[in-house]
Amino acid sequence: MKRSPLALFAGLYLIFLYAPIILLPLFAFNDGTIIAFPLRGFTLGWFADLANTPALHEATLNSLIIACSVAVLATCLGLFAARAVTRYKFPLKGGILGFIMLPLVLPEVIVAISLLVVLMLLLPDLPIETGFQIGEYVIVLSVTPDLVLEVSNFHRTVFSFALPLPIILGHTLLCLPFSIAILQGSFQGLDQSLEEAALDLGETRAGAFRLVILPLVTPGIIASLLICFIISLDEFIIAFFLSGNEPTLPVYLWGQLRFPARLPVVMALGTILVTLSIVLLIVADIFRRRGLRRTGQSETGGFL
Amino acid sequence: MISPPLIYALLLLAVPLLTIILFSFWTQNFLTIDRTFTVANYAEALTDPLYRELMLRSLRIAGLVTAATVLLAFPIAYFISFHVTPEKKALWIFLITIPFWTSYLIRIFLWRVILAYDGPVNGTLLELGIIEEPLSWILYNANSVVITLAHAFAPFAILPIFVSLEKIDRSLLEAARDLGEATAMTFIRVTLPLAMPGVLAAVLIVFIPTVGDYVTPRLVGGSGGTMIANMIYVQIFDLSNRPMGATLAVLAMLTVTITLAWFILHIRFWVHLSDRVGGGVLGLALAAVAAVIDIAIVRWVFLHGPDWFGPAGSLGVLAAIMGGGAILIAWFVPKGRWGI
Amino acid sequence: MSSTPLIQMQDVHKYYGAYHALRGITAEIAEGEFFSLLGPSGCGKTTLLRAIAGFEEISSGAILLNGADMAGVPPNRRPTNMVFQSYAIFPHLSVEQNVGFGLRRSALSVGEKTRAIGEALEMVGLGHLGGRAAHALSGGQRQRVALARALILKPKVLLLDEPLSALDRKMREDMQVELMKLQREVGITFVLVTHDQEEALVMSDRIAVMFEGEIAQLADPEVLYRRPATKRVADFIGVMNFLPATASGRSVEAAGLGVADLAADQMPAGPVTGACTVGLRPETLSILHDGEASKAREASAQIEEVVYYGDMTYYDVRLDGMDTTMRISMRNMVGRDVLDVGARTRVAWDPRAMVVFPD
Repeated sequence: MKRSPLALFAGLYLIFLYAPIILLPLFAFNDGTIIAFPLRGFTLGWFADLANTPALHEATLNSLIIACSVAVLATCLGLFAARAVTRYKFPLKGGILGFIMLPLVLPEVIVAISLLVVLMLLLPDLPIETGFQIGEYVIVLSVTPDLVLEVSNFHRTVFSFALPLPIILGHTLLCLPFSIAILQGSFQGLDQSLEEAALDLGETRAGAFRLVILPLVTPGIIASLLICFIISLDEFIIAFFLSGNEPTLPVYLWGQLRFPARLPVVMALGTILVTLSIVLLIVADIFRRRGLRRTGQSETGGFL
Repeated sequence: MISPPLIYALLLLAVPLLTIILFSFWTQNFLTIDRTFTVANYAEALTDPLYRELMLRSLRIAGLVTAATVLLAFPIAYFISFHVTPEKKALWIFLITIPFWTSYLIRIFLWRVILAYDGPVNGTLLELGIIEEPLSWILYNANSVVITLAHAFAPFAILPIFVSLEKIDRSLLEAARDLGEATAMTFIRVTLPLAMPGVLAAVLIVFIPTVGDYVTPRLVGGSGGTMIANMIYVQIFDLSNRPMGATLAVLAMLTVTITLAWFILHIRFWVHLSDRVGGGVLGLALAAVAAVIDIAIVRWVFLHGPDWFGPAGSLGVLAAIMGGGAILIAWFVPKGRWGI
Repeated sequence: MSSTPLIQMQDVHKYYGAYHALRGITAEIAEGEFFSLLGPSGCGKTTLLRAIAGFEEISSGAILLNGADMAGVPPNRRPTNMVFQSYAIFPHLSVEQNVGFGLRRSALSVGEKTRAIGEALEMVGLGHLGGRAAHALSGGQRQRVALARALILKPKVLLLDEPLSALDRKMREDMQVELMKLQREVGITFVLVTHDQEEALVMSDRIAVMFEGEIAQLADPEVLYRRPATKRVADFIGVMNFLPATASGRSVEAAGLGVADLAADQMPAGPVTGACTVGLRPETLSILHDGEASKAREASAQIEEVVYYGDMTYYDVRLDGMDTTMRISMRNMVGRDVLDVGARTRVAWDPRAMVVFPD
């Protein structure tokens, strides 16, 4: 690499890009209550504080449930779209794909309030319930708008589980373009004749998919799951607009930002989140590259 | 095969977007929604100087963010594409995308710390003796919003430009050299025009979301950096006037669409002007002058039109200028490069 | 031809790290010559061409153009122009703008430039396509635009990097003839890089055959074909049969054929005694049908393989007492039947067609 002004600029730019991430751990381990220089001393106290904040734990659990659901849902939908786009020709292909990819550029606030408006219009008709009975157990599935599954016998509730449906659906909308972009990369390198060869050699369609296609796109699927997980875990606006009284992690964080005394704890939490994101990202990228290598494509760049 | 994701997008994107348009024609009386059709919201939104000021500020900030992001991103994309060895390109792209994936809220909050009165930027500049007193104009105003958003959207600008630079056949640059052009002119005559599709994509992908950004103005914008999304939030949650929020959202989308359509159409005009004088430095300069004049005219009418022509009249004048210009360009200027 | 050669290459070396791409190239190219660099991929021919154009800096040695050392002179200041392998047509410009690209710095008026562009396009037979967008051109048209674009600047040397490799066979053959005509018309020195020996033979005044960064032989096409300097050159250009032989002075005994006294130019440069190799082109040998009389010498053989090409038939024959086969090409003619595999036959050979290589 030449030591040119351009290289110098690139170096400075990287510092600009990484400035917040570098500062984050500094304050997380800083033994001072104000987020400002100079730094005081080293402490792990803020991390310890995280452990005894029940509201944080609830928000984390909530976020994890949402992120996992979104990852699965968006990746499934992404698989359909990616396969359709790479394999078939159909009318209005560009337009349809462009429409599905729209959330990539649409301001999140617009997506969020339009979903909120629909939710409000639907609210009077809620909850929608459906249930059935097996022996002495009554199983009720309701949309409140959270998706609630409740199992009870005649005396008490045995099992109850709620999924924050509006946020999950909103996040899936947001993650779908990323999922499609990653999976499209996996499918693109897939020679159509591979599948045909499997059929020619006597496999069934399902068998061909399982034995030939799936192994080749699995790395892409894993990468898509991880990326959607990261996006959902970090998404704020939609969760902020649509969450009722159960905040997600970013919404909880947002609330905490108002209290200066809580900021060091937020820094500690942020450090954990950033570390987690980077680790997941590296794993996702390893899988994505492995997928590209398996299908014999060359590396061209990162995500997006 | 496309149907499940398509149905999903229709239900969760098209239907809500249509609903919000519908909503914008209703009114809200305390907690009850009045479903009679009215354009009162639009009348208010278009005549109240506060909304106009906010909308213009959002566009201005988004424009500045876009310009800053793209201008900063181009050299980086160029560096990675032309000066980094092929094996290391993926690593560089990865390095550039990592910050994008880390907590959005915390990243923006940390800019508040970095740009603070006693923050590291002022500290370093004081230390180096570049400034005598801490800079106060870098936080809680439009500047800090621009800096922070330029940071947040960096990869969105770098990646499309990088991709279009990577697509340039290197022998084209050698051919330009071979035909007698030095490095700088080769850049202006070959590299830049061929990278323009990436630059345009970067402009779109940065400009649209930043117009509607909520978090950054709230955290680092102060009162002078408030944008339209903050007003939408206030209308919906604080004032419980959801139809007004919906109206502002629709107007924001419309404004962005019109602005971009105007911009793209005028790029065609500017490129045509540049071509007419044979391109090169002269062409670039002429196109730049035309662009500045074009933008100044529209901005002046938008801001000062109401004083001269009245609120409704100024909208009419604006529509006449922008629409007339669009028709003239679409009619007289041949479709140029990059399909625009 | 002027007294100083147009291009002088003096002991040119080029290293890429530890890789030695050019190993002491010394050659001269005269003004007005059609000169070819021929060799397999990786032999350094393109590197040499790019060094002449100024895209590669040479590690040592010198390249002189018109007597002036080109060291440190960038490509845009050299009196050379290039037709790139990919043609490098600017996709964002029209055909006219492409052809006129290099005229920006010239002192011509707008009208003169337009006329020059028109003439250049006429010259390559694209007079009607000036306004067309570059991306709407076919492969052959792109190549013509690339030619016009380079020739309009009236360079001292036109460098062509495998210009025909992207065209289909028919188009390639047409373009070969056209390029030759064009070169004769404009009188500019052409330096062509190609891996296609036929292309080089057809078009060139002289050919430098390169292997592994060195020139193996520099000669005109006929000498190159008839008297290749090494077995490798012989094998790379056309087909040649090799027979083990023993030499004593100019008297050479080729296994399976017999003893022949050869001329000086058939022998290698150094003295040869003992084991050596004799080369014979397939078309210098012939299969004698029953009753046909030979004007040359004969050897008996058996046909091992027959490949029928329509106008030609290729026979692989094994000379009596030999393990290996020889290839013989015969023109198919009325009254001359194609022989079958396994048939006994006589092979006619002429000592004048032989080339001797040292082992």
